[in-house]
Amino acid sequence: MSSWPILSLVTFLPLVGALFCLVVGGPKEAVDRNCRSAALITSLATFLISLVLWARFDPTKASFQFEENLAWVPALHIGYHVGIDGISLFFVLLSTLLTPICILASWESVQVRVKEYMIAFLVLETFMVGMFCALDLALFYVFFEGVLIPMFLIIGVWGGKRRVYAAFKFFLYTLLGSVLMLLAIIAIYWQVGTTDLPTAMEKLDLPFQWQFWLWLAFFASFAVKVPMWPVHTWLPDAHVEAPTAGSVILAGVLLKMGGYGFIRFSVPLMPEATQYFAPLVFGLSCVAVIYTSLVALVQEDMKKLIAYSSVAHMGFVTIGIFVMNTQGVEGSIFQMLSHGIVSAALFLCVGVVYDRLHTREIAAYGGLVHRMPRYAFTFLFFTLASVGLPGLSGFVGEFLVLIGAFKANTWVAFLAATGMITGAAYALWLYRKIVFGELTKDSLKAMLDMNRREIAVFLPLVLITIWMGVYPNSFLDPIAPSVDKLIGDYNAAIKLAHTAALR
Amino acid sequence: MPIGLESWTLARPEIFLAAATVLLLLYGVLRGEVATAFISVATAVALLVTAVLLFAPYREGTAFAGLFITDRLTATMKALVLVGAAISVLMSRTYFERAKAWRFEYPILVSLATLGMMLMISANDLMALYVGLELQSLALYVVAAFQRDSIRSTEAGLKYFVLGSVASGMLLFGASLIYGYCGGTAFVQISQALLEGRGAEVGTTVGLVFIIAGLAFKISAVPFHMWTPDVYEGAPTPVTALFAVAPKIAAISLTVSVLMGPFRPLLVQWQQVIVAASILSMVLGAFAALRQQNIKRLMAYSSISNVGYVLLGLAAGSEKGVQSIVFFLAIYMAMTLGTFAVILMMKRKDVMVESISDLAGLGKTHPMMAFTMLIFMFSLAGIPPLAGFWGKLYIFMAAIEAGLFWPAVLGVLSSVVASYYYLRIVKAMYFDETAEPLDQPAFDVNRVVTFATAILIALFSFAPQPLSLMAEAAAKGLFP
Repeated sequence: MSSWPILSLVTFLPLVGALFCLVVGGPKEAVDRNCRSAALITSLATFLISLVLWARFDPTKASFQFEENLAWVPALHIGYHVGIDGISLFFVLLSTLLTPICILASWESVQVRVKEYMIAFLVLETFMVGMFCALDLALFYVFFEGVLIPMFLIIGVWGGKRRVYAAFKFFLYTLLGSVLMLLAIIAIYWQVGTTDLPTAMEKLDLPFQWQFWLWLAFFASFAVKVPMWPVHTWLPDAHVEAPTAGSVILAGVLLKMGGYGFIRFSVPLMPEATQYFAPLVFGLSCVAVIYTSLVALVQEDMKKLIAYSSVAHMGFVTIGIFVMNTQGVEGSIFQMLSHGIVSAALFLCVGVVYDRLHTREIAAYGGLVHRMPRYAFTFLFFTLASVGLPGLSGFVGEFLVLIGAFKANTWVAFLAATGMITGAAYALWLYRKIVFGELTKDSLKAMLDMNRREIAVFLPLVLITIWMGVYPNSFLDPIAPSVDKLIGDYNAAIKLAHTAALR
Repeated sequence: MPIGLESWTLARPEIFLAAATVLLLLYGVLRGEVATAFISVATAVALLVTAVLLFAPYREGTAFAGLFITDRLTATMKALVLVGAAISVLMSRTYFERAKAWRFEYPILVSLATLGMMLMISANDLMALYVGLELQSLALYVVAAFQRDSIRSTEAGLKYFVLGSVASGMLLFGASLIYGYCGGTAFVQISQALLEGRGAEVGTTVGLVFIIAGLAFKISAVPFHMWTPDVYEGAPTPVTALFAVAPKIAAISLTVSVLMGPFRPLLVQWQQVIVAASILSMVLGAFAALRQQNIKRLMAYSSISNVGYVLLGLAAGSEKGVQSIVFFLAIYMAMTLGTFAVILMMKRKDVMVESISDLAGLGKTHPMMAFTMLIFMFSLAGIPPLAGFWGKLYIFMAAIEAGLFWPAVLGVLSSVVASYYYLRIVKAMYFDETAEPLDQPAFDVNRVVTFATAILIALFSFAPQPLSLMAEAAAKGLFP
């Protein structure tokens, strides 16, 4: 138990940087420079503190650690209750890692309204971290929804041509899902008399009829966030129009909010409904894996292709969660983390060439390897990580999910596995079109290879990808006890329900 | 019946406000137009002092032979109304000076209207209710047409007067039916009659429906909302700000204390009516605003949908419901005043402008003004962590507790639709390029109001407790 509120520190430290950016004044040049530095420094500091979190995390315990529990709105029994377990630990780290990388990646590409941009990113970081730490349903909702505000602005202000459309679509789609979850949270509140999650997990014992509707309400919110087919259509638009760093956060963290939500709320609070709806999730996920992989094959826009690949990869995640065995759930958490790193890196790769040529059309590129060897290496590295090359992070997650799925349902495993093949097809096709071939286009001949700043952006991601692929246990070990507890509780609840039904 | 000293003590704030208003009126008549600035500030001060008098010392009980009641709920509601009215009086100066309508009658009329609102809130008898309501309405009719050289303003005043009179007529008709069936106009008599089962007849229900219709008019709930967009658009902007806040809160408070007071035994009967009005208001307020270009008109529809949420809290018919209404109204007031303060700062080449496209590029030209407006818009849309979210959360909590699942679902869905038009304003400010920038606003009250409310709303999540305690205490007025 920590004596000082380290989780709150990680959560709210970025706000300090945002406040600094808000009040800093002077000539535009100076303001821009100061805001960039302040944002980078605060986000790096946040990341370092979150590393302390990992260092002091006890990987043998399944319970929540670093807990802080304060009365927030006692009149409504809403508490400021935060804490992390093995499931949320790495999501916090993922958020704090990607934010400084995003800020560094936008160092030169964002030149207008730098101040607002940095504020938006820092506020976004607070919401993301807070969301993964929240152990109170209302607190969770506050952070979960709050993310929409900075993200809406990031897409809408610094985005591409159709940014307004994409920003509105993103906002309204996700809001529509979330508000139903809010009602479900309120319904749970009236059942247990508090929005405290551990209390709810313990006390909540809903009849199936209730679980049915509440599960659907939560599903509406998380499925849009994941996103699952057929409510994924906001994602390609948002990704394509968002600035590079916006796409990185979207793919890296925001999509994980859906998967995380399923694990943290849907499964423990509504176990029977989870079991009941698992086939539905499998069906939608398999469609997502196969359909979006095929759609990805015909894309002409690099970002759109990667966006569709994200939907396919997240299909694996939802399969893994709902098979509800150790391999499946651990695999899907690992897959989310890996995807958070790899797809973020892929969007950054797109950003590198986009900054130089200002187009994302695949046809506009070709033969980059001749001019940009370092870039070609980095892009290849992450392409292979994305298709699941053993030894890199993508393999571990997909493999575990497939094992888990095989145990539960062979057909699901089979269909999901086909996604791996098509996944390799579109990713390698994209790579060939952009990097290999003859360097014929005049516009490409003057392209410079990655500079030192860009290398600094990619280097940590490369190292982490190798680490996760070669020695996944440093990540799986802390996850395991929490997942075991989750599955144990789930099976106990299902068993109880069965005996009750038989009686 | 002799009226004891006790009555005068209980009505002390009202008496003070009445005396202050009369004195200020005399002063204005003697000094003429030159005294306007002083009277305006003095009125605001008088309103705020009245608010202080409500609580220092706080008294509760009934007075004037049961016509007048004070308790926690009435005191809280009155405080909200008084603060709202005081701020909107202060906000009006720049606008009226430019419109060459800066006359001392304006603050006096607002003060009189506020007095009427206080009487409405404290009414404990259908006749007292009517007298308070008319005192308020008559003053407000004049205020709506205050810019008497403007056709739009006079039209707004006239429209408000004609339709408002119809509403008053319905209310009176309903009151007379109730009187006939329950044998009295005092709230105590009515609830006595209903509890004993004497008055629970069709006639009472019909009378109640007429009363609800009249009140729905005043709070601009669908289907009695038609006057709202026109009056909001036509009236001078500071008056619109006032209309969106003080009379609305007063009329809602009145509705709550009538329905949750004497007519609580008829909950089952009026609940359906209120649920229907609530759903219609939320949905219509959301959909009708989608295509509005005028920001005042948009705020009119926004207020209609917000009334829908309030009615949802009322339909819950519970203590939580009343709490949620108080809580929601306090936040609603801050958001609305802030938004109107921004609207009052919108001028180009010294001419007031009020269409959404005029806000284009505001994020670049007026970063702070745009940022505060951004906070108001996301708050109105109910996005956490801003205050507006908590208001809606409380309302939906009450609704779900009362088992109103489908109205709650429709409510959240319409809030998604409504968020579209709030986002449109954000889009104009941040995503669009400016054609012609607005003037730099002078440093005046509006700026102070904007900043103060924006900070309150943005940081509300750090300390929601005081307001929730206030709401809890206020609801004790109806649930002792």
